Amino acid sequence: MINNLKILFHQGKQYIPDVTTIEIPGVFRGLPIISNEKVDVNALEELCPTKAITINPLQIDLGKCTFCGECSMAFPKKITFTKDYKIASNSREALIVKQGVESPIKLNPESIRKEISDYFSGSLKLRQVCAGGDGSCELELGACGNVNFDMGRYGIEFVASPRHADGIVITGPITKGMAEPLQICYDAIPEPKIIILAGTDAISGGIFADSPALNRHFLETHTIDLYVPGNPIHPLTFINGVLELIRNRK
Amino acid sequence: MNAIVIKNNQQIPFDSIPTLEYNKFLEYNTALLQNEDCHCVNYYGIAVQENVKLICCIANDKDATILLSSSLVGLETPLECFAQHHLAFEKFEREIHENFGIPFLNHPWLKPVRYPFNASNKNNTIANYPFFKIESEELHEVGVGPIHAGIIEPGHFRFLCNGEQILHLEIQLGYQHRGIETLFLQKKKLIERHTLAENISGDSVVGHTTAFANLWESLCNVETTEQAHFERTLALELERIAVHTGDLSGMCTDVAYQLGSAVYGRLRTPIINFFQLWCGNRIAKGLIRSGYSNFPFTNELGEKLKTVLEAFETDFEEISKATFAAPTVLGRLEKTGIITNQVGKNIGLVGMAARMTNINRDIRSSHPYHLYSTILHQPILKHHGDAYSRARIKYREIQQSITYIKTLLNAIPSHNTTKIEMPKPTPNAFILSMIEGWRGEICHCAITNAQGELVHYKIKDPSFHNWLAMALAVRNNEISDFPISNKSFNLSYAGHDL
Repeated sequence: MINNLKILFHQGKQYIPDVTTIEIPGVFRGLPIISNEKVDVNALEELCPTKAITINPLQIDLGKCTFCGECSMAFPKKITFTKDYKIASNSREALIVKQGVESPIKLNPESIRKEISDYFSGSLKLRQVCAGGDGSCELELGACGNVNFDMGRYGIEFVASPRHADGIVITGPITKGMAEPLQICYDAIPEPKIIILAGTDAISGGIFADSPALNRHFLETHTIDLYVPGNPIHPLTFINGVLELIRNRK
Repeated sequence: MNAIVIKNNQQIPFDSIPTLEYNKFLEYNTALLQNEDCHCVNYYGIAVQENVKLICCIANDKDATILLSSSLVGLETPLECFAQHHLAFEKFEREIHENFGIPFLNHPWLKPVRYPFNASNKNNTIANYPFFKIESEELHEVGVGPIHAGIIEPGHFRFLCNGEQILHLEIQLGYQHRGIETLFLQKKKLIERHTLAENISGDSVVGHTTAFANLWESLCNVETTEQAHFERTLALELERIAVHTGDLSGMCTDVAYQLGSAVYGRLRTPIINFFQLWCGNRIAKGLIRSGYSNFPFTNELGEKLKTVLEAFETDFEEISKATFAAPTVLGRLEKTGIITNQVGKNIGLVGMAARMTNINRDIRSSHPYHLYSTILHQPILKHHGDAYSRARIKYREIQQSITYIKTLLNAIPSHNTTKIEMPKPTPNAFILSMIEGWRGEICHCAITNAQGELVHYKIKDPSFHNWLAMALAVRNNEISDFPISNKSFNLSYAGHDL
């Protein structure tokens, strides 16, 4: 008993006091900024592994971006990745960063359904479905609940059964094999319910976008409440995105 | 000559692999496995017009060689299987059967492996998998998955139980199939292929990307720089520490030891945060690139890592001492999920799962690459083959990795970020690249055509060997002990399904 208490004491303070304001230490590639610098845009477009960069006008789609940083390393004056980790949105268009525009990514409060803040602002239970995800977004979603990020303090938790859940968090590009289980799981969640896409693979298919082994039909037939970009997502991106979603009132 | 002998990461002309008549091919390769120093690292087929070329890669762990042989067979001719002579070939033959439809005779179970989008038999669907059944009024079936209770990848487990006792477990995978091997050929840009390699299995990003980077450099005749050797060795050991620590946390969770779960869980954070400090990504995506390095390892990073490891070690040793002395933990781990040495050898276990049952199989020592030849790695072996052995081996390997990293940090090589233009790969070549990830050996094979374009890419994650061990380990266990066995192996679904 004394030993256990000693161990507890030795851990010190591990939790992040305020996950909405903390600065990420070290290198982090969050929200990019595209300057008006003149560069060879074709070469820039060619660099991107997932066609996230398109030209005329020049823009980066964070729903496709793997945040590898190759573009900013080749054209450091053109593209810089800031440490802004608040890059989740409920609008797919908001994830597209345009040249010369320096504005943070936000949720559009107009399009947040009223019942989300009515029911979920103090407690949100989520069921995670990995549909072809490589395990990295899953690790980070798991980390959201650890003693460092401690998402549970806001009443946001992952639960085992869809029957106990208020929403679904999808990771991975949605393989053919997972299309039906995903639908069954979603149907088992009681109304009202939300859908969150976590990670580049889920939002756009990422590097697998043109794979013949996918079936992304589910996304065409359902409304998505939150897109969380990242490869994998950073826990802070996820937690802040969800908090904005459930706390935002029209 | 029955086989050509190569070394790890050595490219050879594709047509220098001897083509044997099938019976000879079978006899030669199954005989090789009678020698305990040999194990099968890859056995697969490639389409050659209307036929299939089978390529078998057997590693000899004693003299650091790989023996390659091949055979050209028809699509419909029934063939005597390898698996009846040595069970380690079982999964490889199922894969060949699934891809091409070749009927293998006397195979124990020619069941689907991963339902690839280009499978030969479209009537096999993930919904009609032929599970093993026992008709009995006393027994019952428990179906789990594909979606599991936690935040993990999908797969289906079907248990046959007598009360709470598991008699049999069958594992059905394939839900994660994304067609990666095909995408490796379709996507021509090097950065696209790097990205694919990073997405094979999210807990072995460094492992798979390093295997690809080594393969590609060797295929393009570019010498791996001293800096790359250093960075990749260091990253591989850091990945080992991070995942093993996370696994110890998971195992504590599964035996309801809350203190261990929380402390090991938070101890993983500084290690993956160091990856972020180094390359901007906690899982190390973007870190390893063939031919160049975007994130050189500086002396400053070295100092920082020393501090991180020092703080880690103290707390890690303290919690480990408590964990491995807690009767509640030991009672659940000891004699749970046993794989005996003989079973391990029969099914061709690799990596940590092999070493926990006293099989000395570790690519770092048997086929050294990067700086492992100077480290003179000595694999840690355990004897009991139970969940306790697996927990202990994770603990000891973390200690060992820390020691290796400290040694590495004494000689940080000078660095640069110059990006060289990779030359085209050698035409008509075959290459095999192996590394020891935290889970076990990762093997990538590639074949090029006359223009130097990739025409075949084969990925083997250690999980491909080890999933069968999980099914066998839980026999006669209580079903409530299944999660501990599962977490202690921590096999990859995505790496298996590709």
